[in-house]
Amino acid sequence: MASHRDLPAGMVSHIFTNTGNSSFTEFVGSYAPELLPGRNDTLAAPVGDRIPHATTIVAATCAGGVVMAGDRRATSGNIISQRDIEKVFRTDDYSCMGIAGAASTGIEMARLYRVELEHYEKMEGRTLSVAGKANRLATMIRGNLAMAMQGLVVVPLFAAYDPEVDGGRIFGYDVGGGPYEQFHHHAIGSGSIFARGALKKLYREGSSPEDTVLTLIQALYDAADDDSATGGPDVTRRIWPVVAVITADGFRRLSDDEVAEHVRTTVDARMTDPDGPVAPLR
Amino acid sequence: MRDKADYARKGIARGRSVVVLQYEHGILFVAPNPSRALHKISEIYDRIGFAAVGRYNEFEALRLGGIRYADINGYTYDRTDVTARGLANLYAQSLGQIFTESIKSMEVEVVVAEVGDTPEGDAIYRLTFDGSVFDEHGTAAMGGQAEAVGTRLKERYRDGMVLAEALETALVALTEPGGERPPVNQLEVAVLDRNRPHRKFQRLSGPRLEQLLSQAGAAPAEPASASGTVSETGSGAADTPATGPEGDIDTGSGA
Repeated sequence: MASHRDLPAGMVSHIFTNTGNSSFTEFVGSYAPELLPGRNDTLAAPVGDRIPHATTIVAATCAGGVVMAGDRRATSGNIISQRDIEKVFRTDDYSCMGIAGAASTGIEMARLYRVELEHYEKMEGRTLSVAGKANRLATMIRGNLAMAMQGLVVVPLFAAYDPEVDGGRIFGYDVGGGPYEQFHHHAIGSGSIFARGALKKLYREGSSPEDTVLTLIQALYDAADDDSATGGPDVTRRIWPVVAVITADGFRRLSDDEVAEHVRTTVDARMTDPDGPVAPLR
Repeated sequence: MRDKADYARKGIARGRSVVVLQYEHGILFVAPNPSRALHKISEIYDRIGFAAVGRYNEFEALRLGGIRYADINGYTYDRTDVTARGLANLYAQSLGQIFTESIKSMEVEVVVAEVGDTPEGDAIYRLTFDGSVFDEHGTAAMGGQAEAVGTRLKERYRDGMVLAEALETALVALTEPGGERPPVNQLEVAVLDRNRPHRKFQRLSGPRLEQLLSQAGAAPAEPASASGTVSETGSGAADTPATGPEGDIDTGSGA
């Protein structure tokens, strides 16, 4: 594809052609299809563990919003390929997504999805409904199914503030798409089974965003405790989980200092009680 | 060719003016516009805004094309690689081509503005119906009595005005001497604010806009809340279908 600036006359008018709807992906599909991910020929052999994989993402609703957190590790088989990868992305002012699975495909998908949401908003002059956003992501995941079968599996977790209910909503997916709306909390990735166990015991409905951040950091700690592909807080390098809070005020990624505070609380308590807080039996 | 140019000029002069000017933290767009659904000012990309006068369907097509251009470039390369200069070139090419090759030229005038990290990095490009590009410094006015508005705007404009003062300057420029100011609910106002994170474009309306107008110490004679019939804006709005933001419907007679 040539530079978009110096297009021949025919192509210039093409960019002004109405494609029928306000989807960026649809437009790119007709204008420059090679830019879209997941449309390549099938791979000669599955890539499996040879490319970096991103791991655990957790999310939980809180009073008036939703919180999402992700650890920072990417692995290729038994190798830690990156210690400080970011897997939680702002997708617009009131939503975010986390990715688990093939990191490269996931990052590209998050980038495309962000443009997709923004494109609609600018074209139509209104924001997509939360259900509309969740469905759109499902279609993108389904489009990646052929690559997923070759080992480039990517599964997102989507969270958004919904002004209709004045609260947060969480959507899960599988390789075939979705969405599956999850109530209260959800986790994806290799450490998710351990994180979900922790979330079940620690989640309190209607707790403040600050408390929910701590809940998620505890859950990530438990995931890192039992899953080798999930990274715990790296105290020596000062690498903390990425934490995003979405409320009526919009998306906010917590600064490293704020997260460090919660991490310190968690780690200090675990010095005396390595298995973390104990849930009441009755 | 001259007929075409006269035809386009007349069409553009028929509507009301739009002004664009720099202020302390970015770029301000002000347009008297009775319609709240059909915008004359719009976001194109993170740092880029768009304002237009003339025929609605024509500049709307330019706006949508601009968004496609910006999004596809930002996705292909990086978000910082989308510039107002590139967009202005695309528009110039398209407008120029239509002017020379089509029977009817586009009856639009467009401003593409980009906010930089510092006031020196700001850019305002004004494009006319024939594809000419004007690199404006500080202010730009188009549509309606553009020359008179532009002169009033330049008289009062100075560098580094605060937002309320810049808004006041824009309203003075848009109002004929001795004339009545457009009421608050018929103003379309937006800023590109360099201090905002991610997307710099923001519409100003409702209480925020009224507050800014009162800060300037010159709130219009009749604030929006004075009349309960907000939907009944624009004197001619009831008689004509809402195909454009304002002005007479062009019959194509060129009269």
